Amino acid sequence: MTELNLNLNKNTTGRYGDYGGQYIPETLMNELDRMTKAYEHYKNDPEFKTELHDLLVDYANRPSLLYYAERMTKDLGGAQIYLKREDLNHTGAHKINNVIGQALLAKHMGKTRLIAETGAGQHGVATATIAAYFGMECEVFMGKKDTDRQKLNVYRMELLGAKVHPVTSGSMVLKDAINAALQDWTKRIDDTYYLMGSATGPHPYPLMVRDFQSVISQEAKTQLKEKTGKLPDMVVACVGGGSNAIGSFANFIDDPSVQLVGAEAAGKGVETELTAATVERGSNGIFHGMKSMFLQNKTGQINPVYSISAGLDYPGVGPEHAYLAKTGRAQYVGITDDEAVDAFEYIAKMEGIVAAIESCHAVAYVRKIAPKMRKDQIIVCTLSGRGDKDVSSIAKYRGVDIDD
Amino acid sequence: MTKLTDAFKNKKAFIPFIAANDPDFEGTVNNVVALAKGGADIVEIGIPFSDPIADGPVIQAADIRALKEDPDLPMDTIFDMVAEIRKQTDVPLAFLTYLNIVFQYGYEAFTARCEELGIYGLVIPDMPLEERGELEPAAKKHHVDLIPLVTPVSGDRIEKIAKAATGFIYVVSSLGVTGERSEFANDLSELVTRIRKVTDVPTAIGFGIHTPEQATEMAQIADGAIVGSACVNIVAEYGKQAPAKLLDYTKQMEKAVNAHPVR
Ligand SMILES: Cc1ncc(COP(=O)(O)O)c(C=O)c1O
Repeated sequence: MTELNLNLNKNTTGRYGDYGGQYIPETLMNELDRMTKAYEHYKNDPEFKTELHDLLVDYANRPSLLYYAERMTKDLGGAQIYLKREDLNHTGAHKINNVIGQALLAKHMGKTRLIAETGAGQHGVATATIAAYFGMECEVFMGKKDTDRQKLNVYRMELLGAKVHPVTSGSMVLKDAINAALQDWTKRIDDTYYLMGSATGPHPYPLMVRDFQSVISQEAKTQLKEKTGKLPDMVVACVGGGSNAIGSFANFIDDPSVQLVGAEAAGKGVETELTAATVERGSNGIFHGMKSMFLQNKTGQINPVYSISAGLDYPGVGPEHAYLAKTGRAQYVGITDDEAVDAFEYIAKMEGIVAAIESCHAVAYVRKIAPKMRKDQIIVCTLSGRGDKDVSSIAKYRGVDIDD
Repeated sequence: MTKLTDAFKNKKAFIPFIAANDPDFEGTVNNVVALAKGGADIVEIGIPFSDPIADGPVIQAADIRALKEDPDLPMDTIFDMVAEIRKQTDVPLAFLTYLNIVFQYGYEAFTARCEELGIYGLVIPDMPLEERGELEPAAKKHHVDLIPLVTPVSGDRIEKIAKAATGFIYVVSSLGVTGERSEFANDLSELVTRIRKVTDVPTAIGFGIHTPEQATEMAQIADGAIVGSACVNIVAEYGKQAPAKLLDYTKQMEKAVNAHPVR
């Protein structure tokens, strides 16, 4: 594996057209500034880059496979489908890529305590993991609704030595966990690093998270070239805050022949109130430190959102996605709960892969679009995580009771 | 000199805060009028937001109460409350809210309405110096001060922020979110001294102040004291009876901030 290029993005201003910025309380501004400067420095520091590389290879199990899904390709009868297997990473999702990068930065900044928000618990688990690895203190904020429906991940985090705070304010889900993490950070900045889990929030988070996740497309591009000598025609990834998607897109943004598609969680349907399809249903706004697109009402109150997938039910999207959507460089499509669950079962039976329900939103779109494409065309679909965590809720969705 | 700066003339300012629509339209009007009658020099009205990241549990709860009946509470309804208030008092008013609320209404339209109704300033916790450029032209045009916050960790940002300030400067007493406290950062005097070196714009300390003793202490350091959670607690506890309590409390606090002669 070649070293990760952290200078792919030439625009390091934190603005993506009109989107992005640092809309955050004054108390945090100096700290964000320190973080920005530290990142600008360390991303070009040979020692930091070697450490990052070694961790990605030896700890996270990179590079991840680019796997030709032959049965699926035959079954769908159109484009050739390659799966980028982030589910095979240590801790079972793409989240570890970002967490390794940011925790390493935190360490170099002299921080001894990591805090993080988590929805499904995947980012919390990844953060708790790296905190254990570095011997750092770790506290994770998680909406009370999520701690109730993801008990396994709560226990996993505790097992890894983290303290989990159930958040009881607001709608008690991911956005409230972010509020609580930000509030905790304003109380204690000296020794604490807020390790944001998606390509969201104030600058420099969207930039850093994109850079650390761009390992996905850096590898995929090389791997596909080795296998086929070609660029893909389409890259598909699911979008919550947008970290695995921006990482999957990053190295293809300047290749105009590559179509970029983000699969959003439509919940019960894009047109219903029970949705998390931010790009399709949302509008421009300012929240959680960034100007971007949000699901909100006319006054500007942030809406409660819904998806079967705890990792995708966020009322916003990272600022670079808002920009890619606005400029038309990427397209965003809504996938319903039903379609995602069908895809969960489909890919299990067809390829022997139990993929995360989040990732299955991308798989569901591939099922729709591949048959409409030519056989010489290629789709790269990112499987952002593995689906063990979802098995019991899918069973419940299907009316099967597997709990005691 | 702006109307808000004027409120600090020859005295220390007492600046209470309550959340709009908590508990309802009429209650808001009565509460603000009571604060004015009690001797408030400026009243801050909080526009409720679904996700108030700079606020502690007390003000979060007020926002939830304010939006409970009508999560879509239109900004125009809040402007209507101010219009009602204006029939009864000319106390200087400022809004405290999050930038998205202003952004959705439109910067020009929002500040124009503020000018019309005598809202002289906006305190926006999620709009640091670097991001105020988008709102500033409209605010200037409509004579609405953008009240900046300075914190104990602002460091070398203090002078930059102070130089750009009009109206007054909101000095945050300590790290963390809003809510009653028993201790404040111990370098507040130094912070205020640094501000005063570069500007004549007055300072008011907020976050955590609730007792008259604290108000007296803070008013000796700065030019005024801002009290949020304590007022909101009175509203939460006394409901319809809150105006009388707020009036008494304001009298007491206004006296406390002016316990010592102005330097
Ligand atoms: C497996 C998996 N995929 C995707 C996501 C969504 O996050 P993002 O859009 O940042 O990739 C999550 C978040 O929890 C996740 O766990």
